[in-house]
Amino acid sequence: MIYLLTSNILQISPEGIIDRYPNSYNHFVLPFVIGISFILVYLFIGLVRILYHLTGEDRIKLLKSLFKPKTAWKNIKDIFCDCLLHTKIWKRKPLLGYMHSAIAFGWFLLIVVGHIEVWLFAPRHLSGLTEGSLYYPIFYRFFIWINPAHETLRGSVFFFIMDFLLLYVLSGIGLAMFKRVRSIALGMRHTTKPSLADRVALYSLWLIFPLRLLAEGFTADLSGGGFLTRPLNWVFRAFFGNELNFLPTWWAYSICLGLFFLAMPFSRYMHILTEPLLILMRNAGLKVRKPRKGFAEAEIYACSSCGLCLDACPMNVQKKNLKYSSVYFIRFLRRHNKRKTREIADKCLMCGKCYALCPVGVNSPAIRRALRETQNNNIKCDYSYLEDASSKSSATLAGKAGGKILYFAGCMSHLTPVIIKSVETILKASGQDYEFMDRNEGICCGRPLMLAGRTEAAQKTIQANSRIIRESGCTTLLVSCPICLKIFKEEYSLNGIEVIHYTQLVDRLIKEGKLKVSKSSSAIVYHDPCELGRGCGIYEEPRNVLSSVAELKKASKERDESICCGYSMGTLTLDEKDKAKIAESSVTSLMAENPDEIVTACPMCYRAIRSKAEVPVKDFAEIVCENIEK
Amino acid sequence: MIDFGFSFSPSSRINLDKADKEKFLSLAALEPDVLKCMACGSCSASCTAGAFEDTSVRKAILSLQNGLSDDAVKLLNHCMLCGKCTMVCPRGINTRHLILSIQKIYGK
Repeated sequence: MIYLLTSNILQISPEGIIDRYPNSYNHFVLPFVIGISFILVYLFIGLVRILYHLTGEDRIKLLKSLFKPKTAWKNIKDIFCDCLLHTKIWKRKPLLGYMHSAIAFGWFLLIVVGHIEVWLFAPRHLSGLTEGSLYYPIFYRFFIWINPAHETLRGSVFFFIMDFLLLYVLSGIGLAMFKRVRSIALGMRHTTKPSLADRVALYSLWLIFPLRLLAEGFTADLSGGGFLTRPLNWVFRAFFGNELNFLPTWWAYSICLGLFFLAMPFSRYMHILTEPLLILMRNAGLKVRKPRKGFAEAEIYACSSCGLCLDACPMNVQKKNLKYSSVYFIRFLRRHNKRKTREIADKCLMCGKCYALCPVGVNSPAIRRALRETQNNNIKCDYSYLEDASSKSSATLAGKAGGKILYFAGCMSHLTPVIIKSVETILKASGQDYEFMDRNEGICCGRPLMLAGRTEAAQKTIQANSRIIRESGCTTLLVSCPICLKIFKEEYSLNGIEVIHYTQLVDRLIKEGKLKVSKSSSAIVYHDPCELGRGCGIYEEPRNVLSSVAELKKASKERDESICCGYSMGTLTLDEKDKAKIAESSVTSLMAENPDEIVTACPMCYRAIRSKAEVPVKDFAEIVCENIEK
Repeated sequence: MIDFGFSFSPSSRINLDKADKEKFLSLAALEPDVLKCMACGSCSASCTAGAFEDTSVRKAILSLQNGLSDDAVKLLNHCMLCGKCTMVCPRGINTRHLILSIQKIYGK
């Protein structure tokens, strides 16, 4: 009670609440105040820097999106679900989801409820910086003395809620500590190696909440407390007998908070503050333009370095490739390490699995592509021949394909003639009128150039192909290669011509009754090609068809978790041996339920899987062809 | 000039001393697969751009080995990086990276 006696100005509120300190200030708040001021200034500068590097067009887009009711609602929903509740992690790994949401949502609620408590019982301290509104709500339990005789039910409810929330956070922290020792128990085979700043922030974060419990426990007889802090107070009394201990614990609590905020901008925990900004920018429809500035910078700082991409990356079937994962790519990018980022960017398969599984949604494949663009876009080339080729092709097709399906096989399908043959058989069997766009000589769709970062060159092939397609007068463009499909959908402007993959077409033909298939007894498994599944979101159509032609088994990893076949166009420097290893792991996943045959819908996957599988591998069109009812 | 009724054809001799060996070594360091080629010609046979213009990875590698780097760059100028040559190469050469590397090192 010595503190009580020294205070000469006592503020008594109707609830029997007394400020134990004149001016409500004690030196121990300083570390926290320094930390929070630093992070606020850093945040402001960072925000200005990111906005400055956006193009003018993007800035206006962002501003407009904030006032569109639909986007605004999506923003609120996404921020709540992704930043606080972590629904994306819950869905895949519930225990990990609980751990993260306990820390994030629990801490958030502690801050909010703490402020509400101050607003109700000591509103004066929220009115301005001179009243301590920066730190007072955080250290409320230190500054307050509540006469037990005046304790109200309303106050007791808050004691209970605050202690309950603290317990909730502590359970999350406990799991986090356990995860450091045995990550596999929470569903993670590999975890990220923390950097120095990460460690400082991590250990201070771990200490913040136990110290809060101790500190509030020491003061619980003065400030009041709930089911956690009050028993703790009795125990401390029994052991220590005096109150001389409690100032050092409050100091320690404040120092840990301050340390956490000081280390934050240099550590992974910057994601807490950057993720809301990333959500706003993503919902506004912004795209990565430069690899390190503007939108990309928001993505880089929003990376939580959680390491979920380590298990996701198909390259990590070999431990030596762990260093090429997105998490390290982003880390080196953040440190401006040009040599390493280039090396990693060129190695990537661009299968998009890290992006699909990322709880924050950091589009690292897009950043890698932007980085490749800075390296490869200025390579000299000569595409003058494309103009002639496209006029020649236009002339032969003109008028013939009017109102029909135009079939573009693409370079890769020409290496697997069985696909072309089967697609044509299906088209004929279902009575579809079609024209072949590239039977003898075709122009590449441009996706491989795009993936290599040669955007300008890609635009030339896009122009050449667009002209042929538009002038043919077709209504539907049919493609049998998912790589082509992706770029036709994203980069081509085709005046309303529908772009469709053959799996979609077959599904539609069967539903319309134009194609009749019979079910065979063989058990098959379907491999999701990266560009078709994660790239274009086509998972259901091929499965619909395949389950009507055979018995469809499951792979151990499928849909958006499907493992790349390894021979993706995305990689530039991955060598043959590594590709083969990835293909093997992909086949192992497919063989989980011992199917008789493997089916895929991409010429690249078809070739890759065929080289490694011990069971027959068929293309989607091939197996449909075999089961057409005559 | 007096017309003697015959003329000299330009020499087809290759002066390897003039070839930039440093560049080839840096290429081999960047993409060691360049040393693996056995000149089978699968790449040229399957080439998409080859249907329109003279494009060949096989010829380009041979030209580099013969010190004719300008010819090599010219042969790859029309490449669309479609990756068919990578898929058909029996030696598993990463042709796409090889082409990009040649263009970067010799194309300046």
